[in-house]
Amino acid sequence: MAAKKIKATLDRREVINQILKPRADSLLVTGLGSSCYDAAAAGDHPNTFYLWGGMGAAAMIGLGLALAQPKRQVLVITGDGEMLMALGALATIGTQGPPNLSIVVIDNELYSETGMQPTHTSRGVELAGVAKAAKFARTDTVYTQQQLKSWIPKLYTPAGPAFVAIKVNSNRYPMAIRLRDGAHIKNRFREALLGRSAFD
Amino acid sequence: MKAQKKPPAWPRDIYEVFKQVGIKQVAYVPDAGHTQLIKSCHADKRMKVISLTTEEEGVAMLAGAWLGGERGALLMQSSGVGNCINMLSIMQECRFPLLMIVTMRGEWGEFNPWQVAMGQGTPPVLVHAGVVVQRVDHADEVREHVFAAAQLTFNTSRPVALLISQRVIGFKDWSK
Repeated sequence: MAAKKIKATLDRREVINQILKPRADSLLVTGLGSSCYDAAAAGDHPNTFYLWGGMGAAAMIGLGLALAQPKRQVLVITGDGEMLMALGALATIGTQGPPNLSIVVIDNELYSETGMQPTHTSRGVELAGVAKAAKFARTDTVYTQQQLKSWIPKLYTPAGPAFVAIKVNSNRYPMAIRLRDGAHIKNRFREALLGRSAFD
Repeated sequence: MKAQKKPPAWPRDIYEVFKQVGIKQVAYVPDAGHTQLIKSCHADKRMKVISLTTEEEGVAMLAGAWLGGERGALLMQSSGVGNCINMLSIMQECRFPLLMIVTMRGEWGEFNPWQVAMGQGTPPVLVHAGVVVQRVDHADEVREHVFAAAQLTFNTSRPVALLISQRVIGFKDWSK
């Protein structure tokens, strides 16, 4: 028997605002599309690496960054479509087990950039279940504001890798970000993190 | 009794150049040609050596490594190059360095017809993806080629693939 579907009520931009408020010196990688725009709308930051392409890259960029910067917390915020393209990456990350990496999937069960086609999460595929099976230390699917609130501090605690899928409604927002030159985004990120040695 | 074949020196040469140029993260999908190198890297406690499910993961991972200030190298067989194409667009757009060491199949003395399509497609596909392609055909030149490729990628911030000819790796004996 299929489980009864819970209606998603959380708003994506509101969720990302709440998650990023306590980011402090954490490093952020976004997926392409709405996750990129929403992270920018929450406040631009030089240590945000905005992806505008390379679908399926976000989680693995997070892994390389988390391994290179073990003392910094690394957050990946991406969408369900982007994450579904890289399920193998969850196995690679789970077996590496970086404690300082948290992956947040803003799961609206839709490819919202391309015409709101349903993704496999709308058909019952549970991303947090995949992450758990791939040896992530902490995994969850979040439906409510209360659950979200209790998860936010855990995203910034190096007891991961953590994976949380947050079910959100289908609200979409205008593209708030103008910054899209990849080389600039990369150089700015490195300079903010590494100082002058970024150019060695 | 069959004489014990001496292991080739070039995989060790690659490992030593990795140390010399400060490679900290090594990502790979295994290839028989890279067996010894992978072993040397795993034995080195100062290297983070990551086994991937598909080669494109390594392209993204080493972008992350560079963002965090670490140099990396990506090892694969030529058949894995095709898996990387869209991820390589990140390298081109952001001008990330990327050192790819590709062991070739589908060329010198190949026995498996299924390897030929991607093997022959590897150089043009990489070029069209914006990667600088270099090639080494002789085992005794591997060290200087890897060093030169590393200089080019990390000093000019561009992806570079060094193709190791199947001639270097040798024939695969499939008669037994």
